[in-house]
Amino acid sequence: MIRLRRSRLQPGTPGQFFMLEAPGRPLPRPFSLCTAPTGELGFLVEPLGAGTTAIAALDAGDEIHVTGPLGRGFDLDVERPLLVGGGIGVAPFPFLSERLGAPPALLGFRTAFHAEAAALVPNATVVLDPVLVTDALPNDPGDVLACGPEAMLDALAGVVPDAQLAREAPMACGFGACYGCVVERGGRYVRLCLEGPVVRGGTHGSPTSPFLTVRGADDGPWAPAGQSPAPPAKARATDNAGGTKERR
Amino acid sequence: MSVPILNASGCLDALAAPEVARSLDAFVTKTITPEPREGNPPVRIAETEHGMLNSIGLQGPGIDAFAATYLPRLGELGVHIWVSVGGFSAEDFAVCCARLDSESTVAAIELNLSCPNVDEAPETSAELVAAARAATKKPLYAKLSPAQWDVAAGARAVVDAGADGLSLVNTIRGLALDPATLRPRLARAVGGYSGDALRPIALACVYACANAVDVPIVGMGGVSSGLHALELVAAGRAPSRSGRASSRIRSRPRA
Repeated sequence: MIRLRRSRLQPGTPGQFFMLEAPGRPLPRPFSLCTAPTGELGFLVEPLGAGTTAIAALDAGDEIHVTGPLGRGFDLDVERPLLVGGGIGVAPFPFLSERLGAPPALLGFRTAFHAEAAALVPNATVVLDPVLVTDALPNDPGDVLACGPEAMLDALAGVVPDAQLAREAPMACGFGACYGCVVERGGRYVRLCLEGPVVRGGTHGSPTSPFLTVRGADDGPWAPAGQSPAPPAKARATDNAGGTKERR
Repeated sequence: MSVPILNASGCLDALAAPEVARSLDAFVTKTITPEPREGNPPVRIAETEHGMLNSIGLQGPGIDAFAATYLPRLGELGVHIWVSVGGFSAEDFAVCCARLDSESTVAAIELNLSCPNVDEAPETSAELVAAARAATKKPLYAKLSPAQWDVAAGARAVVDAGADGLSLVNTIRGLALDPATLRPRLARAVGGYSGDALRPIALACVYACANAVDVPIVGMGGVSSGLHALELVAAGRAPSRSGRASSRIRSRPRA
C-alpha cells in the first residue's frame, strides 16, 4: 500500500483513477484509488513490472507527480450492490465499500497468500482457485460492481450483462490526448481513460472479441472530456504509516 | 530571447485540457485526415527503457467533422491554432488544405509527411507539399522524418516546393518485444519511437536543416525540460516544442 499526502487532489468517485509518476520511467502509471482517509490517498501497488516496482520502492518523504481523479468511476446509484473481484483487482474496493456502506463482496484469489488482500474489504466472502467467482455468484446477484483480471470480467459480463466492470488498458497520458488506451465498442475505438475505466458488460476490445458496450457513452470519436481534470499536484509519500504493509 | 512553445501534434487535447493549451504560444492539433479514421488496433503503446512506442494510426473524425465541430471550439480558446493534416496521397493533402484555407481560426498548417504508423503516399514529400501549396495560402510547416540519410536534402526539397517552415522531427520507427514471448508488444509490431532517445537525433536533424535552408524550424523530440528546449534552439535557432513530454507536463506541478 502506497499512502500519499493529498495536497490539492480530491479522491473523486470510486473506480476513477490517478496517474502516478513512476520514478525513472518515461511514463506514469494508472491506479484506481484504494483508500481515502482524511488528507491521504492510498493505492494498492503490486510490484510486477519496472513502473510498479519503482513506485513500490518509494520512501517516506519522497515526492511524485500525481494527476487525477480521471475517467468515469462506478455508478453508485445502485439498490443492491455486490462487489465482485479478484487479485489486485480488489484495489478500488475499500474506497468503494466505504462509499456504499460496506455491501457484501465476493472475492477470488489464486492462493490463500494472495487472499490476504481481502482483509482490506469488509463483509467479504473469499473463494480460492480453482473455484471462480462466477461459480459462487448468488442466483440473483443484484447490482454487480466488479474489478479484476480481464478474463474474470469477461466471464462476469456473460453471466451478468449489466455488471459495472472496471477495465484496464495500457495508458500514456490518462486524459484523452494520446488515444493509446482505446478499446473497441460497436466497431469503433473509444478511449478507456475518458469513457471508462468503468464500463458495463461487453468484453475487452480485442479485434476478434465481441464489442464493448460503454455505459452512457453515445459520443463519437474525439468526444471532448466532460470536464477537465484538476490541475496536477505534487503528492508526498506520507510518513504517517498505519497497519498494513506500508511502504513509506 | 523569447522562444515560442508549442505542443507536438497528438500529445495534447486542447478541449480536454484547455488550461494547458492556453499556456502555449500555439496549439497543434492531432493530425486530421480527409476521411474519418478509427486508427490502428490496440495494443497501441509500449514503454521502453528510454522512451515509448506509439501506434495510434491517425484516429480522428475527418476534415469535415473537424472543421464543423472541433475547430470552432478550438477558436474559443484564445490561442493560435495550428492544424496538422495527413493523408495517403497528394490529393488528400490538397483536400485538407483547401478545406482549411478559408478558416480564419487556423494560423498555420503542419503537413504530417512522415507518420511512421500508416501507409505512405506514393508521391515524394516535395510533391505532397506542392499539392498543399496549391490549395492554400496558409503558412505550411513540413514535418519530416528523422529516418532519412540526408535530412537536409529533404528539407531543401520541401522548401523549394513551397513549405514556409519545417517541423523536426517526427517519431522514428521502433520495435519492442515482450521478453517472455519474444513477440511484438504492439498489435502492429512496429511503432513510432519518442522520448529521451530521440533527442540527440532531433538535434542532429535541426542542426543539419538549419544549415541547409533559411526558414523557421520548429524543433521537437524528447523534450522534457527547459534545457532540452534550449538545446534545440541552440542547434537551429528554432522555436522548440515538447512531444511525448507534454504528457509529463500534465503531471507536473504548475505552481
